[in-house]
Amino acid sequence: MTEAFEPVIVGFTCNWCSYRAADLAGTARIKYPPNIRLIRLMCSGRLDPTFVFKAFSSGADGVMITGCHPGECHYVEQNYKAMRRFILLQRTLAQFGIEPRRVRLVWASAAEGHRLAEEITNMVEEVRQLGPLNWPTAPDGVQVTRSVEAI
Amino acid sequence: MSKERIGVYVCHCGTNIAGVVDVEEVAQWAAGRLKDRGVVIARDYKFMCSSLGQEMIAKDIHELGLTRVVVAACSPHLHEQTFRTACKRGGLNPYLCELVSIREQVSWVHTNKIAATYKAEAVVSGGVERVLQQVPLEPLHVPIHPATLVVGGGIAGIQAALEIADAGYHVYLVEREPSIGGHMAQFDKTFPTLDCAACILTPKMVSIGTHPNVTMLTWSEVERVDGYVGNFTVTVRKKARYVNTELCTGCGICQEKCPKKVVDDIFEAGLGYRKAVYTPFPQAVPKFPVIDRDNCIYYEKGTCRACEKLCPTGAIEFNQKDEILTLQVGNIVLATGYDLFDPRRNPHYGYGRLANVFTSLEFERLSNAAGPTDGKLVLRDGITEPRTVGIIHCVGSRDRYFNNYCSAICCMQSLKFAHLLKEHTGATVYNFYIDMRTPAKAYDEFYQRVLSEGVLFVRGRVAEVTDAARLRGEEGKLIIQVEDTLAGKQRRIPVDMVVLAAGLQPRHDAKDVAKLFGISCSSDGWLTERHPKLDPVATMTEGIFIAGCVQGPKDIPASVAQGAAASARILGRIHQGEIALEPIRASVDADKCSGCRICNDLCPFNAITFHADRMVTEINPALCQGCGTCVAACPAAAISGTMFSNEQILAQIEGLLLLNLNPERAVTYASEAVAA
Repeated sequence: MTEAFEPVIVGFTCNWCSYRAADLAGTARIKYPPNIRLIRLMCSGRLDPTFVFKAFSSGADGVMITGCHPGECHYVEQNYKAMRRFILLQRTLAQFGIEPRRVRLVWASAAEGHRLAEEITNMVEEVRQLGPLNWPTAPDGVQVTRSVEAI
Repeated sequence: MSKERIGVYVCHCGTNIAGVVDVEEVAQWAAGRLKDRGVVIARDYKFMCSSLGQEMIAKDIHELGLTRVVVAACSPHLHEQTFRTACKRGGLNPYLCELVSIREQVSWVHTNKIAATYKAEAVVSGGVERVLQQVPLEPLHVPIHPATLVVGGGIAGIQAALEIADAGYHVYLVEREPSIGGHMAQFDKTFPTLDCAACILTPKMVSIGTHPNVTMLTWSEVERVDGYVGNFTVTVRKKARYVNTELCTGCGICQEKCPKKVVDDIFEAGLGYRKAVYTPFPQAVPKFPVIDRDNCIYYEKGTCRACEKLCPTGAIEFNQKDEILTLQVGNIVLATGYDLFDPRRNPHYGYGRLANVFTSLEFERLSNAAGPTDGKLVLRDGITEPRTVGIIHCVGSRDRYFNNYCSAICCMQSLKFAHLLKEHTGATVYNFYIDMRTPAKAYDEFYQRVLSEGVLFVRGRVAEVTDAARLRGEEGKLIIQVEDTLAGKQRRIPVDMVVLAAGLQPRHDAKDVAKLFGISCSSDGWLTERHPKLDPVATMTEGIFIAGCVQGPKDIPASVAQGAAASARILGRIHQGEIALEPIRASVDADKCSGCRICNDLCPFNAITFHADRMVTEINPALCQGCGTCVAACPAAAISGTMFSNEQILAQIEGLLLLNLNPERAVTYASEAVAA
């Protein structure tokens, strides 16, 4: 790890806003670092916290959750539910020894390709500073990863 | 070893993808590394979406017995349907095809070729894992209610409503003002042919008013929209007119006798008066007046009732209440138009402070034969004809302090004003422009004509309009201070009248409208179309269409074209009788449901019901919109969502991160992060 560390970030996008923002960033040729890999959901409300645990346990160094701005949800209000879950998620992650800064909630409308690219760039930098995700090991040397996966 | 047989197809998209991503390498890597995941063939091709590319997929499905297909190309929002159809032609269930984006999300946003190729491989791997968990699905077919709602009675809405009504289907036309007609009804002449706006608009308005297939709801607003394409339930508030339209004959006596004069800010742009009981203009459709409750003496003091006493048919009803109507429609057209930029926001031009500075809309009313001055082009005093006039272009448009965009109509509108001024007053007319934009049919010819009429053009953005005279000849005039960029010098030009070609802006409540109908706005506030070039009148929400200036600044021909285009799209749907929707729905496994009711309050569409007798929850697939919030919330994993199941997403996460576990492939691309 003496060389520059390249974090891997999994991004969850909402089909109506942030996925389109990503499309727009592409169409407008706005550049951002290739460390992020996006997954399309229909809504940020679809984000089961298990997905975040799964991403970390499979080797992600950070997770970005994106959705429509509050009040602009395609499904009326489901992004508020994502927001509530996010707060709980951060707390739970902290209990696992994962820095809460490794997860980020970003609102980006379909017109905000620029904003999404900017947020991605910032997050990649932040996680690069945090370094690779170091899973704490249990006393008997077994990686906690397994127990997280069991959740 | 997977029992599925997967084909992976990597598109070059010319050089759009292949210029950054090593597509051959991605295909080879997938064929080798993902072989044990079931990949039996991986190909790259110049244009996957071409008929040859599609045939290649269909042929492979036949010959190689593929059971799953992954296409790595552009965004699914562009070509998902294309590749699903190709799979269907090959005999595969279309939902067993996964399109992953390596163009919008990889080649167009990254520059480091190694890193981009590496990411493309990860994205393909995610797609392969996801498609393995996919199940065959059938699209949901929903019937289309044959009635249509058109919101906004300007020229775009009128056109849309007439096209649909003429085709034999019912239309509800909702308009906020007391009459339909919109901005076009305020104009006098229309560029470039100079035919009179009323002559071409009023027949259309009359057709709307008398058409057996049109229910016109003026002085009404949409309050609530429920349901989905084919089956919307719309709640409309029909505001009290205080006039019984069954009895009213539109004779106009009430307007004549009403003692209360009110400045007409809307139709006359503040230049004229109307009464407290009024129709906005004599040709209004419908002909029935409304009583403006805020200004009516009766509502203020409890006396007067002049209109009631004098109405020959007894149509005045002071105790009328708002009506709430519920409409069933299959499709909706939004044609709510624009607001004019308020030039007070740019104090340098003196509007609102200097009497003889007019907005373009005020000038339209001045020039209108039925307007407050009977068509006489005069100064604010109402009598003096101007001898010199300055028309300032791009007020509030192409201006980084206000709106960056070009408002599209102001150059032609200003040329029209210049022509009218020359014709009616013979005044010296200056146009102050940044660039002249006259791109449509017969527009530039009109520009040439106005040039030959001796109208003067000064290229430069006006710095200031002032009444502070400094030089001889400036006393009592408005002085336009401008840098003439063609002459390369500062000029002060004294004029009698200034017309500000104010730009077009989204309606002040455009965001609320977007929210009400579940669609989105651009960062400027115009409603967003599905595709800026290929699908300009549809929106991302099925069944909601946009037409006219609500989508962006445009002139009358373009608004009419969009109104007609939206109706053509809707008529196609109505003719088919039904529409195929994505089968993205949640369902409950009754055996797993513990009846905890956590999901019950999560659904904004009331699709979830709890059966107390069986202690299980059920989801109504007709109401479910597929957001998946309940799927994520269920602690027993009893709810599953098609196309976005837990298994699919968890598999995709694993697939995306597969490469991390492969240390020899680790690369550093810090250089790009800096470049970005």
